[in-house]
Amino acid sequence: MIVSRDPQLTEIVLLSLQVSGIALLFSTLIGVPLGALMGLSRFAGRRFAIVLLYTGMGFPPVVVGLFVYLMLSRSGPLGSLHAAWIPALFTPGAMVLAQIIIAVPLVAGFTMAAVMGVDRNLRQQVESLGATSWQSAMAAITEARAGVIVAIIAGFGGIISEVGAVMMVGGNIEGKTRVLTTAIVLETRKGEFDLAIALGVILLSLTFLSNVVMLRLQGGTIDD
Amino acid sequence: MSETLYELRGITKKYDKRSVLRVDELDIERGEILALVGPSGAGKSTLLRLLNFLETPSSGSIRFHGEIFDAARQPSLDIRRRVTTVFQRPVLLRRSVRANVAYGLRLRGERDADARIDETLAQVGLAEMAHQPARTLSGGEAQRVALARAMILRPDALLLDEPSANLDPYNVGLIESIASDLNQEQGTTIVLVTHNIFQARRLAHRVALLLEGRIIEVADVERFFTAPSDPRTRAFTRGEMIY
Repeated sequence: MIVSRDPQLTEIVLLSLQVSGIALLFSTLIGVPLGALMGLSRFAGRRFAIVLLYTGMGFPPVVVGLFVYLMLSRSGPLGSLHAAWIPALFTPGAMVLAQIIIAVPLVAGFTMAAVMGVDRNLRQQVESLGATSWQSAMAAITEARAGVIVAIIAGFGGIISEVGAVMMVGGNIEGKTRVLTTAIVLETRKGEFDLAIALGVILLSLTFLSNVVMLRLQGGTIDD
Repeated sequence: MSETLYELRGITKKYDKRSVLRVDELDIERGEILALVGPSGAGKSTLLRLLNFLETPSSGSIRFHGEIFDAARQPSLDIRRRVTTVFQRPVLLRRSVRANVAYGLRLRGERDADARIDETLAQVGLAEMAHQPARTLSGGEAQRVALARAMILRPDALLLDEPSANLDPYNVGLIESIASDLNQEQGTTIVLVTHNIFQARRLAHRVALLLEGRIIEVADVERFFTAPSDPRTRAFTRGEMIY
């Protein structure tokens, strides 16, 4: 089946990458600045915010799925608005939203830990060289880049492999919202173990390949 | 030459409620090397942070470049960028030596300074190491990168916080001669914090003794060492300081 390049399979793989890729992009744009802010600044309630963030890192996807389901359903607080920017339930948009909620705490949490590990005197040093507070935060993120990339990898790992949320808000609709993980569940239930295993191998290979790409981004920092 | 660069008046600095610095009056002349000496915890580094506008005084004012700054009035970015500090322990970025030296210029949006970077690297004797990762350098080399990174900015005031503590004599000598050249050739005002009174004597035009956050005495270097007016200065310069 892998060899025959089934168009349906291609569709499933592409949708998986698309949903998790877009979700990861948004999670990075939100999670990295959020994590850096929490790691670098001191504000009232920071400890509580960190506990919330750590809790978010362990969100069960199926609970996130339930939450997004309730929010987006026709009578839910978001679904009832019928606004164009709010994705409808059982669409890839809803899946992206759920995966963002899963990945943001992961990206932010690991980013926070990474920037907190940067030499505390770095900020004083770069500010003395004339950095604005923005430039100083950028310097901390750049110094912690190996850790920030791990944060992004963790976010990706968390969403490409999750099944609970995409199943719940996507519905595993053939040709529309079926992704690799939900397809594996379905094929296993049907007793199509060969197909399920093949899908599993594809999922693992995709994760492996994406990590190879990320590692290249980490570049020389791994070795020094 | 006798134009003042800094005028400090009634400066105090408190952390929580603990007072760490109290400078009633201190003028720093443009083009001089002023050494701040005194035991640990005397407030020398705190004073440097105030001069670099990294912290604000709890009370009092600092006049710099004709403008007065205090707890309420912070200098603009342009003014703040007229000063920089080389700290005791250099924090280098995980980049090449060259990128570290270029860093302050890049913060200012200057990208075409290749010749200047090469020249500065040569001045500190690191031209051959330009492309090495900065984290692989020895302590003395790292400190020279920190010095190059600061001096390439051509600051009005260069603040040196124990720049050669824990370094070998070769690097101490190198750093001292770079600082001295910078002062003589470019007229850079240097404020040097040091534990080492011999270093103060070699480099400085004037020396100030700080004890427990207060300036005990400021005098020209010769007078400070040969005919100090305060008995505590005499005790300090003779290594008899008890505190």
